[in-house]
Amino acid sequence: MFSASDLRKGLKVQIDGQPFIITEFEFSKPGKGQALYRTKMRNMITGNQFTQTYRSNDKFEKADLEERTMQFLYAQDNEFHFMDTSNYEQIFLNKDQLGDNINYLVENMEVQILFFGERPIDVSMPMFVNLEVTTADPWVKGDTSGTDTKPVTVETGFVLQVPPFVEQGDKIQIDTRTGDYVTRVKE
Amino acid sequence: MSSLLALQQRSQLLQVVRSFFTTRDFLEVDTPLLLPNIIPESQILSFRCEDSFLHTSPELPMKMLLAQGADKLFQICHCFRKGERGRLHLPEFTMLEWYRAGWSYEELMLQCEEFLGTVAKEMVVCSGIDADGDLLRYGRKISLLPPWQRLSVAEAFGEYSDLSPEEAIEQDLFDEILVTKIEPNLGWERPTFLYDYPVSLGSLARCKEENPTVAERFELYIGGIELANGFSELIDPEEQRRRFVYEIEQMRVNSNIKLSMPEEFLQSLSSMQDTAGIALGFDRLLMLLTGLDRVEKIVPLVLEV
Repeated sequence: MFSASDLRKGLKVQIDGQPFIITEFEFSKPGKGQALYRTKMRNMITGNQFTQTYRSNDKFEKADLEERTMQFLYAQDNEFHFMDTSNYEQIFLNKDQLGDNINYLVENMEVQILFFGERPIDVSMPMFVNLEVTTADPWVKGDTSGTDTKPVTVETGFVLQVPPFVEQGDKIQIDTRTGDYVTRVKE
Repeated sequence: MSSLLALQQRSQLLQVVRSFFTTRDFLEVDTPLLLPNIIPESQILSFRCEDSFLHTSPELPMKMLLAQGADKLFQICHCFRKGERGRLHLPEFTMLEWYRAGWSYEELMLQCEEFLGTVAKEMVVCSGIDADGDLLRYGRKISLLPPWQRLSVAEAFGEYSDLSPEEAIEQDLFDEILVTKIEPNLGWERPTFLYDYPVSLGSLARCKEENPTVAERFELYIGGIELANGFSELIDPEEQRRRFVYEIEQMRVNSNIKLSMPEEFLQSLSSMQDTAGIALGFDRLLMLLTGLDRVEKIVPLVLEV
């Protein structure tokens, strides 16, 4: 159990059976008055935000959250299947839960899956992934038209802007936080 | 940790404050920090130290000195309050507290105007003050020229909420309304005195003669920050005892804390004359003068305990 005085930004608590993360927090106490713990929280499943002021005697359950390393197996329809390589247990997340992360998922990639109890609710990707370029316009040497970048498609179907020298078949590193090209990778 | 510049400004402010009071014949005192009994205030939690308490303010020993005949006292000291940590709070902080016999809270408000005007002139090199002696906060200019705004608690609740102070207390919403709806609006043109609190929120303050439901207590706000709390002191030992009984009971019920009646203090009250006293957050004053936004930037060191 947490008490109100444990509240701080980033703390994860459970309220009415749902996991919440505290996104903003401020301690207030008017002179001679009671301590007030003003918090803004985000529901970690629905993404809904709300604000609430708590008092010293309020108590909170710890959110039953666990992160497990899992391997991406395959996608079928809108379901993305993952496996825990230590016990071969399989789970899936749907497309909405994964959001932009589907742009970087390739078979056998290891990711961190966040579980709330038995339920997988979120995935965190490695900060950088290396993906193969499947479609790119050829680089015309000596082209001085001034365009600094060109669009390419990588093996997941994701389209991004890269420098003109990147060619089909190259592996490139992408920052999963921004979706930006980082560098060309030598195999 | 604060910067070297902030350390220098802090040192300078200590000297400016001392000089303000000593040139006005106030006596500086350094009363004990370790006390056998503390003033029971249900919303203030103390640190226990073996069988004693670290003081939460120097109010108890300073009033005992006033009862012995001192008439103008000031003190700059560290105070300790458990569980207080935030943008404007540290569990150990520096308080400037002063008392003036023969005055009521009204004269004290006037002295606050004089005090801050003087301090701002002396500290004009600080980045929170412009050449005209105005405070600068989040891009706004706050004039320190008197007279400052005076707003009663009843007027403030009338303006910023749907409840009267009494209704708010009954529904346990007084502090929440104060913090979220009223405080952020106070003291932006000039500093604001919020005054005349319901008696239950001024446990050590005298009741107003013409309206005994309110206590002669004020809080000073500048740029939404509560800087100081002053009042006409309650010097009736019997009335004070009744209020302490209530506070001690509140602490027992709400926090399971058992405090004893500070008998020595109550005895001394009977020889005290009419006095006004005020506690001002020294660290917050420095925040306002320097334009900084968090109290830990202005104290020499924060060592998490």
